[in-house]
Amino acid sequence: MSSVPALQRKTIIHTFGQLIIEFVQAVGDLALFATTMLRWLCRGLPRRIVVFESMYEVGVRSIPVVLITGMFIGMVLAVQGYQQFHLMRMETRMGAVINMALVAELGPVLAATMLAGRVGSAMAAQLGTMRVTEQIDALRALGANPIQYLVVPRFLSCFLLIPLLTVMADAIGVAGGWVFSTQVLGVDATYYWHYSTEYVAAWDVGAGILKSMFFGAAIALIACHRGFNCGSGAEGVGRAATSSFVLSFIVILVLDFFLGMFLNELYWTIWPGPSSFV
Amino acid sequence: MPSRDPFSDPFTGEESGRSIIELRGISRSFGTQEVLRNVSLDVRAGETVCLIGESGCGKSVTMKIMASLMKPTAGDVLWNNVPIKERSDEELVRDRLRFGYLFQGAALFDSLSVFENIAFGLRQNTKMSDSFLEAIVAERLKDVGMSPASAHKMPSQLSGGMRKRVGLARTLALMPDIILYDEPTTGLDPVMIDVINTLILKTRKRRPVTSVIVTHEMSTVRKVADRVIMFYPLSRLEPGESQIVFEGTPEEAFSSDDPRVSQFVYGEAGERMQELALL
Repeated sequence: MSSVPALQRKTIIHTFGQLIIEFVQAVGDLALFATTMLRWLCRGLPRRIVVFESMYEVGVRSIPVVLITGMFIGMVLAVQGYQQFHLMRMETRMGAVINMALVAELGPVLAATMLAGRVGSAMAAQLGTMRVTEQIDALRALGANPIQYLVVPRFLSCFLLIPLLTVMADAIGVAGGWVFSTQVLGVDATYYWHYSTEYVAAWDVGAGILKSMFFGAAIALIACHRGFNCGSGAEGVGRAATSSFVLSFIVILVLDFFLGMFLNELYWTIWPGPSSFV
Repeated sequence: MPSRDPFSDPFTGEESGRSIIELRGISRSFGTQEVLRNVSLDVRAGETVCLIGESGCGKSVTMKIMASLMKPTAGDVLWNNVPIKERSDEELVRDRLRFGYLFQGAALFDSLSVFENIAFGLRQNTKMSDSFLEAIVAERLKDVGMSPASAHKMPSQLSGGMRKRVGLARTLALMPDIILYDEPTTGLDPVMIDVINTLILKTRKRRPVTSVIVTHEMSTVRKVADRVIMFYPLSRLEPGESQIVFEGTPEEAFSSDDPRVSQFVYGEAGERMQELALL
């Protein structure tokens, strides 16, 4: 077989090709990691205390930050929307817009972003530190499977608890928007709720909650994968934490787009209506 | 916990001196960096082998490959003359429990107390009651010269020497047949080094275990080793040269004519000073 002469110069095509190869490798690696995690999830759960500790960290300790951000987002929507609606003399319809935006998009996405920042980065840093200090090897040496012991509880916590956090963010956002609109901006409360209930359906709330489960799964998998593949030393741990958040945030937005499209299509398939995206 | 006689156990062999861990033509690379190339060695039941050599020459990697905590890029690992790749995942997990591994930095679980660290392997692999676990943990702490009161401390509250001793207690809790020590005395003061060396000897005296020790500490080699294997960094070898440059008793190592061996065991820089000055 004749040997291929080495290329002397790296062109933009090579760089682009390299990026594509790295992207495919990274996605494949993450998919394999997810498959391994699901296999261990099916084999059985680790000790209850390990799962509960993870749930406490992911769920209970995220409540304050989710409540604060949810409430302020509701109020910010009221502040920003009021001027526009007031110009059209339609401020009584603000409730529909604020609440729809909250339950369908902002509630799930914000709760997920908070989780990715507060919990995802911490998970990546913690697992990264465990890898660097050989604690993951120690788990294997002591007969525990690191995926089952470390990843499965974190995945379950994110997957199961993010819907609850989303409901909390939705509820406090709706309450914040309502209080600010009716008590500060003087919008009539009766009409505010009337239009809210007319436009926001149970489907919208359910779709938001369903999306949040996908976000939770993605956050846990990305954070754990980053931690398990962390580079050496403090720099490696720092990079794992940062890349976990950045990647999670991108994936949350990409998933939000595609799930939004899919759920809209599903809605119009079940209840055929006048318009459809595709 | 039921005691096992490692020499009548089907895994560890029936008699002392039988090869229980064998590496055949092991190579290992990290990306483009080759750390081990075609390394072959064996560890016999009941002996204490010290792996010595410069930092970065692949001793710790070799030991992780021995315990199947890391896969080689090429070559075979045999436990009790059976290649580990012929074992199922379940068999591998079961057989790996015959190994105790003392990690370089002790690798104690930060979020767990000393008690939970020592009891971890037992909780994971047995259904012992808490009272039984407490008794075993107290006994293991006593074995390494620590008081039962330290069981409630967190790893962050321990000194380097105490961490190593808790690591050893955790390693001993599962009554392993083979103990792998990765630089057990690195970073410790001379007194604590002797404490750890004595503990290694005591452990061997108490039960007939096989030990492999990665160390730079010649006092450990003198005190505990039956056999010494010296590794050399690939970057400083000629192509085709074996990475294992010495294999023999500690006495033979200290009287070796090979300058690479004698410089290392006596801690002399030799021509390395010139090499480093050229860098």
